[in-house]
Amino acid sequence: MISFILWIPLVGPLALAGFSLLPGTFALRRFVGVAASSAVLIAGLLLVSAVLNGAVPETGGGMLRADALSAYMISVVGAVGLIATWGGLSSAASSRTKVAASYEALIALFLAAMSLAVLADSIGLMWAAVEATTIATAFLVGHHRTGRSLEAAWKYVILGSVGVAIALLGIGFIYAASVGTDTPTLSWLLLSQSNLGLDPALITAGGALAVLGFATKAGLAPMHSWLPDAHSQAPAPVSGLMSGVLLSVALYAILRIQSITNLVIGPEFLRIMLSVGGLLSLLVAASLLIRQRDYKRMLAYSSIEHMGLMAIGVAIGPAALPSVLLYILGHGLIKATLFVISGRILQVEGTPVISDVRALLVRRPGLAIPWLIAMAAIVGFPPFSIFFSEIGIIMAGWSVGLGGVVAAALVLLLVIFAAFTRLTVQMTIGAPPDGVAFTPDYSAHGPRLPIILALATTATVAFVAEPVGTLLLQATAVLGGTN
Amino acid sequence: MFENIYPQLIGLCAGALLLTSALMVWRHSLLASIRLLALQGIALAALVAVIGIAEGEPELVLVSLLILSVKGIGLPWVLAYQSKASIKQIQESPRLNPTAALLTVTLLTILSYIVVSRVFGLGDSSTGHAAPIGLAMVLIGFLLLISRRRARSQLIGFLLLDNGIATITFLTSGGVPILLEFAFSLDVLLVVLILHVFASRMRTKFGGTAVDQLRELHD
Repeated sequence: MISFILWIPLVGPLALAGFSLLPGTFALRRFVGVAASSAVLIAGLLLVSAVLNGAVPETGGGMLRADALSAYMISVVGAVGLIATWGGLSSAASSRTKVAASYEALIALFLAAMSLAVLADSIGLMWAAVEATTIATAFLVGHHRTGRSLEAAWKYVILGSVGVAIALLGIGFIYAASVGTDTPTLSWLLLSQSNLGLDPALITAGGALAVLGFATKAGLAPMHSWLPDAHSQAPAPVSGLMSGVLLSVALYAILRIQSITNLVIGPEFLRIMLSVGGLLSLLVAASLLIRQRDYKRMLAYSSIEHMGLMAIGVAIGPAALPSVLLYILGHGLIKATLFVISGRILQVEGTPVISDVRALLVRRPGLAIPWLIAMAAIVGFPPFSIFFSEIGIIMAGWSVGLGGVVAAALVLLLVIFAAFTRLTVQMTIGAPPDGVAFTPDYSAHGPRLPIILALATTATVAFVAEPVGTLLLQATAVLGGTN
Repeated sequence: MFENIYPQLIGLCAGALLLTSALMVWRHSLLASIRLLALQGIALAALVAVIGIAEGEPELVLVSLLILSVKGIGLPWVLAYQSKASIKQIQESPRLNPTAALLTVTLLTILSYIVVSRVFGLGDSSTGHAAPIGLAMVLIGFLLLISRRRARSQLIGFLLLDNGIATITFLTSGGVPILLEFAFSLDVLLVVLILHVFASRMRTKFGGTAVDQLRELHD
């Protein structure tokens, strides 16, 4: 019975995608993305409750499996998807076109692909699902059909698929290592058992290549160059989904690979790789945020920053993993909110340039107030959960002897904090130019409720020990850490 | 009988794979590159079939048919899907001249032999001895990706890279389970179709497919 739930996040969005493409459904078509996200979220919450009761649902001959980590990730995919699609709900008039039908269908396919990636109990199937996310999002990034969005989409697909191809090479090596044992397998459940006797040389090469490939998809420097382009050119809900969960799904893949390599060659090797990648990402984000001119690109670089810090958390290991997992949820919700609001600002102001958007707080308080609150959350003010995640990662770093890495990260975080504050103040605070008549615009230019829900969830989730804390500890235990 | 010619057949297929890769770097005509890609797909399918027969696994023979239809026929057909007259005229003007490019190919091949023998050891099986060819193909694919200017030539570089990965996988582990092989092929096919659509959008938007034009987005 429980294993039946595993099919909901895959079959539900697929059916909705088909529904969106049917002719004559345009009245309901615009709700397809919201319905698909809700299906994923409900399935995720059901799986979480099953996992907390000690069950590990699996189906499809063991191909699909939901342990604590997978159940948590699928809930995050659903929650962030709901915020992004609901917040970016298109108007009834614009959903009549054929383009709108394929847009909604691709969003649903994208959600199904991410669900498959986190539920698959086979590194190979996980790889295929991650590649499928690139396929589903390619046309979404190029949705506006301008020269710029075409450029962004081309770079995204080329770099994304080359990166993921490198990961495939790594997975090939890992499989080759398992062929040398009694049971050739790609199931990470079997591969992460300690007594298989996998060949260390093959696992080293395979793990390094797989992590390198998935890091490209996770937007870690120096393979990040597609990310600002794709995230700034895609429609706002798509940017929210890509920034909020697609990057984290790639990070999830890295976590699974790490749990295999840790057993065979120990944590040191990937620790160095991920620390360097994480610090480089923070450095890239810091240096490009200082002089940033475009607010959607600003949000994209913020994603590189947060992924960098999460990678450092993954490098630190089990002590930091609960914080990293909480980080994934907090960052996803807040980033989706910010992208949704940025889409609304772009729509009413007609420009993505920061210096052209001034005095937003006086002119459009309906947009500026949620923007300011979400900005405070993303730079790490308490009570939002990002604050607690960052503190958790830094403390864990000190405790395992990576003090140098987290100290460097802290300095870079400070620079990023200053850059963000300056850019946000530039956009929102101040008086409008003299002599221009205006009436304060209190409209939110779209649904308010998803934004309120996202901010409220992020503000409270860190204080909920039961069941959130228990779930995070269980998910960490899955990855071989006992904390 | 088969045991005697088995190493020779593996060597022949691997040689064909490397030769077609090198020729792809040398030739600048798009049509020639696509034909070489088709040849390479056939050589890869033959390699898989030989391994399958030698190990007595009928599943691998099925995989080789899948590879033949996707990499040998399907993908080249998608790439060449355009009027014959116009495709014949498309010439690439790469960033590297042919001599330098072929020299680089030689160096990359030597490098991959060194890397594979150092890291894994070549072993004494004939497939182990051919494994560096796959890595060389991956590296040559990267070379094409960074040295070519046209969208579809870059696409050929990507496919060469993918063929290289498939070669390594088959030579080191005898291939992954068939269901996954099917998923991989489908993914690559879809990526190529998408890039193909983008390339034709580029042609209508910019009047050409030179990737150099894509430099509007930067910081």
